[in-house]
Amino acid sequence: MGKKLLLANDHVPGIQSLDVYSKHGGYAAVEKALKTMTPDALVEEVKTSGLRGRGGAGFPTGMKWSFLAKPEGVPRYLVCNADESEPGTFKDRYLMERIPHLLIEGMIVSSFALGANTSYIYIRGEYFYIVRILEKAIEEAYAAGYLGKNILGTGYDLDLYVHPGAGAYICGEETALIESLEGKRGNPRIKPPFPAVKGLYQCPTVVNNVETIAAVVPIVNMGGAEYAKIGIGRSTGTKLISASGHINKPGVYEIELGVPVEEFIYSEEYCGGIKNGKKLKAVVAGGSSVPILPGELILKTAQGEPRLMSYESLADGGFATGTMLGSGGFIVMDETSSIVKNLWNFTRFYHHESCGQCSPCREGTGWMEKILHRIMDGHGKQSDIDLLWDLQKNIEGKTICPLGDAAAWPVASAIRHFRAEFEAYVNNPGSIKEVRHYYSVNNLQPA
Amino acid sequence: MNNSSTNIENPVFSTESLALVHKIMKRYPEGKQKSALIPVLHLAQAEFGGWLSPKVMDYVASLLSIQPIEVYEVASFYTMFNLKPVGKCLIEVCRTSSCWLLGAEDIVHHIERKLNIKEGETTTDGMFTLKTVECLGSCGTAPMMMVGADFHENLTLEKVDDLLEKFRVENKQSRYC
Amino acid sequence: MPKVTIDGHTIEVPEGTTILQAARMIGPEVAPPAMCYYSKLATSGGYCRTCIVKVTQGSEKDPRPMPKPVASCRTTVMDGMVVENKTSAEVLEARKGVVEFLLANHPLDCPVCDQAGECHLQDLSYEHGASDTRYEFERRTFDKIDIGDKIKLHMTRCILCYRCVKVADQLTPGRVHGVINRGDVAEISTYIENAIDNEFSGNMIDVCPVGALTDKTFRFKSRVWFTKPVDAHRECSSCSGKVVLWYQGAEVLRVTARKDAFGEVEEFICNTCRFDKKQTADWVIEGPRKINAHSVISANHYEADTVNPGPVTPRLN
Repeated sequence: MGKKLLLANDHVPGIQSLDVYSKHGGYAAVEKALKTMTPDALVEEVKTSGLRGRGGAGFPTGMKWSFLAKPEGVPRYLVCNADESEPGTFKDRYLMERIPHLLIEGMIVSSFALGANTSYIYIRGEYFYIVRILEKAIEEAYAAGYLGKNILGTGYDLDLYVHPGAGAYICGEETALIESLEGKRGNPRIKPPFPAVKGLYQCPTVVNNVETIAAVVPIVNMGGAEYAKIGIGRSTGTKLISASGHINKPGVYEIELGVPVEEFIYSEEYCGGIKNGKKLKAVVAGGSSVPILPGELILKTAQGEPRLMSYESLADGGFATGTMLGSGGFIVMDETSSIVKNLWNFTRFYHHESCGQCSPCREGTGWMEKILHRIMDGHGKQSDIDLLWDLQKNIEGKTICPLGDAAAWPVASAIRHFRAEFEAYVNNPGSIKEVRHYYSVNNLQPA
Repeated sequence: MNNSSTNIENPVFSTESLALVHKIMKRYPEGKQKSALIPVLHLAQAEFGGWLSPKVMDYVASLLSIQPIEVYEVASFYTMFNLKPVGKCLIEVCRTSSCWLLGAEDIVHHIERKLNIKEGETTTDGMFTLKTVECLGSCGTAPMMMVGADFHENLTLEKVDDLLEKFRVENKQSRYC
Repeated sequence: MPKVTIDGHTIEVPEGTTILQAARMIGPEVAPPAMCYYSKLATSGGYCRTCIVKVTQGSEKDPRPMPKPVASCRTTVMDGMVVENKTSAEVLEARKGVVEFLLANHPLDCPVCDQAGECHLQDLSYEHGASDTRYEFERRTFDKIDIGDKIKLHMTRCILCYRCVKVADQLTPGRVHGVINRGDVAEISTYIENAIDNEFSGNMIDVCPVGALTDKTFRFKSRVWFTKPVDAHRECSSCSGKVVLWYQGAEVLRVTARKDAFGEVEEFICNTCRFDKKQTADWVIEGPRKINAHSVISANHYEADTVNPGPVTPRLN
């Protein structure tokens, strides 16, 4: 059994309530941080822990915190990114639903570290039932004196609010999220300035993912140095992995970073192997945006080393033979899956979710979707494959925000690793109908 | 029912909702009341028949002291806001990645056949509207659909049949909040 | 003051200058094209991506190159920065890609578009585009609508530069139009039928880089290259009154603001000057307008005394 820092108590009955949560060690981090530590010491502790952003980018959290500008007389904000919308990712939902107080506790400690007196949890609108869970938890925390004025008699004040979105993947991008929180369209801002200097209401702001903020709690409790001992190399600590697709045991797993991918897919402790005893075809390891890898390359690196669930190992080989840990949205596809059709599904998603501000993403995502649709319909041409390649290249790195990259990478990787499948579709349109692209819903067998 | 005017020609929030609107506005700093726009639009949609008419949006604009176009811009950006009337029961089926890998298309086609509507349409009796939506974070319990704020997961065709029957009997307006 | 080198030209610029502004200071030949940036409109730029350049050296202090191409209109110059624009094959290739995206859903109805001849998208495509299109799908279309009695919105041609929205925000009270919907169906709209009715709304026509917003009083009257631009001014209580009159024979077909070498208006003008003063007698004529080298009109050389020899009677003060 791997170490559990976040989900150790997720199955304790009543853990959603402050009472039970406190009985299992909850709010110890608030006591410790607010009563015995300075904000600067907390930032240092998080730096020492090596914690990296769990939303997808993997940027060192302590460093992000230390960039926060602190001009006199200007409020600072902490905003929790609970806009979890990356296809294949559902860990934040699980965490907030099961242990809401872990997030609230993390918010209090992190807000204190950053000197924020008002903080927001921006949650995707579709998670409204979790809004109720969080609001109840916040109410309990106010009643217990963990929120509000003069918390635990330390003189520190904090107000915490939940703010729902209303259906827009792009609001997971931190500046789009800030715009949305200001009551605007979720259009990403042009950077610089970065939120650390000009964020919410043009004030210094830190935006952190739910899991990142939750991880601050064990870091405070055990100390950054102890936390850093967990995991492997620069991938410290534990990570929540959302496992889905053609596996026997889909769900959220807390893994110690460094678990071999093979073990994660096949062991009973985690995914329990491929459904129906089928063979593994491909994996999208970190949410729909990261490059898709064929089975061989997800299990072993190009050098033949076992691939591990860590930032570095998954990225080994660059985009030529590697991928990214991303948000930890781990989607498994068995041998019956059609890569082309799956790519169309992803591309349609990015087309639908493009905000439309900048031209390469606005025009390119829809174009790619149309070409893929044509290939799927049996009217594709050989030149379509090259055109797709060109289009993704013309989008990647040319856009205001990373949605352009996120739309480009799945296309690039699918063509890179599965070109033959595209060619088969184009050269023999009749074969497409035979490709079973998804499972029948009733018997969970290939349709 | 509450005492709100559901007349969308002249929308006015109920006293309780209006109190909630003011409470929400207080979450944001002085002068930043526009931040309350999305939460208030959710309330408005729930209270005024499941969609946002121009009149309703103008009313929200006046509550927040912003220009009506600022509301139209926002309401038309986010997929949860309906700018046209919808059925009492809004069924939203996830169509992305893992749900799709595990049969979301079957679910959509089944509902289409069962209700005799196409995706995006409303039944003639105004009871159901069928929408497909992007990933709702239910990949581990795919396939799924959302009705109001409720997630219905690990769907099978039988389960869908039972749910449709239940919604019909309950005859309730679905709402997110 | 930071020093920046763009395509081999070095220039010292004030702190806070963007790469694009610095390039414009060097000269139009070096300046990257800009479809959405507008120096007179705060927060403009960054959307169209045509002005992307390569930063091969970030600064003197940190000489590392920037990993991705950057929007020159929104990237501030650092001391010792080295930038490649037209000297970089990579930049030209990337820009070609951007032009292809901008044209993918553009109707290419230049033969009947009033903007033809002074259209920035036309110039951009000519200079940076490919000779044919690879887009083979039905193009997106929108209905033409009137936004107010003087302005036609032809959304199908729009490239979503946001300039008109910024004009409404920054020059007029109570904006009534904006961008609705999202992604590739986002559109400039009032959402409900609504007239844009204020003294400075006509400037939206001037800032529009394409033929999406056109002057209804000029629509289909003439090709711009058959009209002769003349600088003129009048005493105006709401704007500078400095305009360009576009003549065909003795008739003033259109009044616009004066535009600089980069196609930007020098000073915004009011609707009274633009739409209601179409008589030569309304104006003090200054002489032929010098049009920048990009314009076909610059081929239309003419001298002051050939301008409307008949009816032009300088106003006596």
